[in-house]
Order: sequence, then structure tokens, then C-alpha cells
Amino acid sequence: MDISTHTPTAPPPSPRPGQAENRTVRGATRPGDRIFLGLSRGSGIALLLIMASIAVFLTYRAFKVLPEDTGNFFTTFEWNTNVTPPDFGIAVLVFGTVVSSIIAMALAVPVAVGIALFLTHYAPRRLSGPIAYVIDLLAAVPSIVYGLWGALILVPNLDGLYGWLDDYLGWTGIFDWQGGAPRSLLTVGILLAIMILPIITNVSREVFRQVPRMHEEAALALGATRWEVVRMSVLPFGRSGVISASMLGLGRALGETIAVATVLSPTFEIKASLLDPGGGTFAQNIASKFGEATEQGRDALIASGLVLFVITLLVNGAARLIIARRAEYSGANA
Amino acid sequence: MAKRIDVSGLSAYYGSHKAIDDISMTIEPRTVTAFIGPSGCGKSTFLRTLNRMHEVTPGGRVEGKVLLDDEDLYGAGVDPVSVRREVGMVFQRPNPFPTMSIFDNVAAGLRLNGNYRKNELNDIVEKSLKGANLWNEVKDRLNKPGSGLSGGQQQRLCIARAIAVEPKVLLMDEPCSALDPISTLAIEDLIGELKERFTIVIVTHNMQQAARVSDRTAFFNLAAVGQPGKLIEIDDTERIFSNPSVQATEDYISGRFG
Repeated sequence: MDISTHTPTAPPPSPRPGQAENRTVRGATRPGDRIFLGLSRGSGIALLLIMASIAVFLTYRAFKVLPEDTGNFFTTFEWNTNVTPPDFGIAVLVFGTVVSSIIAMALAVPVAVGIALFLTHYAPRRLSGPIAYVIDLLAAVPSIVYGLWGALILVPNLDGLYGWLDDYLGWTGIFDWQGGAPRSLLTVGILLAIMILPIITNVSREVFRQVPRMHEEAALALGATRWEVVRMSVLPFGRSGVISASMLGLGRALGETIAVATVLSPTFEIKASLLDPGGGTFAQNIASKFGEATEQGRDALIASGLVLFVITLLVNGAARLIIARRAEYSGANA
Repeated sequence: MAKRIDVSGLSAYYGSHKAIDDISMTIEPRTVTAFIGPSGCGKSTFLRTLNRMHEVTPGGRVEGKVLLDDEDLYGAGVDPVSVRREVGMVFQRPNPFPTMSIFDNVAAGLRLNGNYRKNELNDIVEKSLKGANLWNEVKDRLNKPGSGLSGGQQQRLCIARAIAVEPKVLLMDEPCSALDPISTLAIEDLIGELKERFTIVIVTHNMQQAARVSDRTAFFNLAAVGQPGKLIEIDDTERIFSNPSVQATEDYISGRFG
């Protein structure tokens, strides 16, 4: 076998310096390419500009009021912003936002992944279509409707759950219930879990559906049961997609406003027990206080909005790190 | 160890479409049997009935008998999962688990089957990779992802993964069709070594390959598109390629087909 006869005897003339760049530019001068390039580049730049202008707006307004704050912005449990000098801090809001979102994620992600797996790998086809449709409908319900449902149906019916948690887990302190109305961070977390369930389910379902058949067959051929196929092929392949889906859900949970404001009875304190009514979240606090706030009060609320913005950025960055760290092993390079 | 396969009156369906019709054959232990035939003749479908992978396809079902020594793979109460632990399979496109390291890929089947101590696992993985002629190329990077290997190496990794669980039979569905000639040669050499330990059935489109690696060759054909595929004849490879008893086989082998 003589491979060398197939190689061309004369190498192609090497391009002059600069010629390669010319070629790409010439490609872009066709009208279709030029329009598309302009559109995609423009969209990218617009996105950055919008982000930057939000950041600038938040930062500018926040730093107008922050030097006036007599309390510590990060540790004060007060929100007196309509007086001079103002005295306010975000500790309660950070706690409430993070805790209610963690509860929501802890409840929603396993259920959403379970539903997505059921729809893609267990349910008969004539069942999975309608179920997926119902879940899509859940995503279309406005958040005020969730809020009303939460306040009128969920809250009055939680005594049983609260009592059970108090009986079995009350000793931890976290689930200690004094008998107050269940308008607590736990209830908010439950409601948020229901609200973010559809988006996580839908994105996960899409990801699980795209698991290459050959990866599943690889596991099957080794004698894997259906669950083992899911564990060996489907979940690892879908891992980064599920993380992205969860981040979409978390984004909604962190920023959810009206449903939280409808269900929670807000106070400016941090309760040891998740079952005690009280607490607050960034978005709920802004919505509740914005109407009666003075110019200075609004700046303070915007300062809290800046913190929420930063938290969201950090969460997304962390998610990207998790995905990137295992990129080498992702299904994408198979 | 290696077992005999005895197929009688086997038909396979996709929904209402009959893909293969009434196939019977015997495959002796520790031999290589090649399936050849035009595209759509059902040779891959037939191969997949031998480890009950056919029924994984929606609408896939099978009639007839496949005996592995004396056990009917389609008998009542036989778990397809345990069948596939006895009958291993290598696919057309190399499909190592992309999220697993080379080591974990080979150990994957073992971990399904039970608990192994760490050094037991190490030994089996090394033995399997050596058995697949891959050990020397990967022994320094067992913790790197399997998807980083070349196509031919990935296919040998898949073979190592399949033989690690010591199956009785190894099915190969066009294992070289996505590989370059040098990698193909490596796999073919490997098949020659593996038949000492396993019963091997290989589907191939490459007739030289069938002639090179197999002891017995089965020729499949279909009357027309949409018709079920049939087994035309099965015989010693030498005889099939020199003096087949059916004219259609000779036509196909000599390129006078269709």
C-alpha cells in the first residue's frame, strides 16, 4: 500500500500575509451574510448595552443613598428609609430570598427531573403528550394567580403539614411551629417550587429527549435495567442541561414578586424556624414598599435591587463554573 | 464459557412490518460467523434479536426461538436484561459513555452486575483492555474521558467494555464501518484472538472482511423493498466465497447483484 502516491507533488501556493483576512471579509460582503452578521452582532451588543445600563442605573441610584445609611447596609434588621437620616439593611432580605429559593429548588428540581424522566423514558407515548401539555399550561399561569391560589387555598390547608413537621422535626428548631398562620418562608418556598416546576421540567425533558440513542443502547447492551440506563446514559448526558434548567427556575424564584407578597406576612426579622410567619424577600420588599417610598426610600429599594442583581449574577456564574468544570466529559464531544 | 446459538423459525417485526422471515441457523461456540447481504435485508435486525435488543425499538417484536445452549432467550419468564448480560454487543459507531473515564467505561458493566473490590476491578479492567489490544495505548490515561480517543481506539474500548463482563456470545454490528483501514485491521486481528474465548457473530458490508475474519458466512437477501429479509444460505466461509450453492449468493459476492 503506497499512500505517498496520493499526496499532491506540489504544495498549494501559500497565501500572502493578509490574504486570509481578506477572504473572510470578502465572504461577509455578500448581502445575506452582511445582514445576518449585522443582526447577530447588533443583538449581541444590544444585550450587553442593556445589561450595562441596568447595572449603571442600579449602582448610581444605590450610591446616592448608601452614604446616608446610619445602619450597616449588610447587617441591620431595619428598613426605615422615609426618615432622615435613613436606617436600613438587607440582612433579612438576603436571608428570606436565599432560604425561600433554596426550599423551592430542593422541592422542585427532583420532582421536575422525575417528571421529565417519566415523560421521556417511562410513559407511553399517548400519555406523555397530554402531560407535557398540562405542564406547559402551568407555565402560562400568571404569578398573581399563583399568589391568590397560595393565599386562599394553600395557606389555609397547610396546618396538617406544619403540625407533622413540628411533631417529627420540631426538635431541630428549623421546623418548630408556634401555631401562627402558615404565611412563612416555607410556604413561600412551596409556592415558588410549584411556580418554577414547569420551566425546569420542560427544559430537562428537551435535554433528556436528545440523549443519543446509541448511548442508551450502549448501556442496554451491557445488561442495564431501565433505571440503570437512565443513571449511566441519560442523567450524565443531561446533567449540564438540568443545571441550566434549574438556574432558569432559580432565577424566577429569586425574582418572584407578587406571589410572594400575596402569601408572606412580611416582617423585618430573621426567624430561626422556617415555619414562623415573617421575613421578606428582595422583590417582595420592593413591591410592598415602593408605592409609599420617598425619593430616598426608592433609592434604598434600588440599592437592595442591586444586591439581588449581583446575587443572580453570582448564581449564574457558579452554575457556569459547574458546567465548564466537567465540559471534557460532557456529551457534546462524543 | 462460549455457548452455541440455535435459532429456529425466527421472524421479527417493526409494528405490522415484517423485517425478517422464518430464519433458522445454528452457530457453533468459539467460531466467527459473518452476516452479509444488501442493505435492508434484515441482518442487523436478526443480530439484534440474538440479545433481545430488537424489542427495545418501539413496535419491535419477535416470533420464534433462540436457544443459547439449552435456554430459550424468548422463553416465558426470561428477563431480557439478564440475556444481555450473557450476550454482549458492539455497535456500528463507537459509543463509549461520554461522561465516563476509560477505566469507568470498561468497569461499567461489572458495576452493574455486582460489587467488586477495587483491586479486583483493576485486574479485570487491565485484562479486558489487554484483551482488546488497547492497554498499551491507554494505560497512562485511564482516568481521561473515553471520548478523547480516536475512533478505532474508542471501538476497541467498546469491545473491552463488552468482554469485561465475560459474555458467552459477542455480537458485532458493522464494527469497522466507521473506521479507517488501519483501525479496521486492528479490530480484525482482535476478532481472531477473541474467538478463542467467545462465540462471535459479526454483521459486515465488507465481503473481504467476512472472508478474512469468519469461519461461517450467512447470506441474507430480500425479494424486494418492503418485503421481509430471508436467510438465503449459511455455510463455511470458504465455500460461500468459492462455490456457493445458491446462485443469488454468487451474484451478490461477485458484484452482479441487483
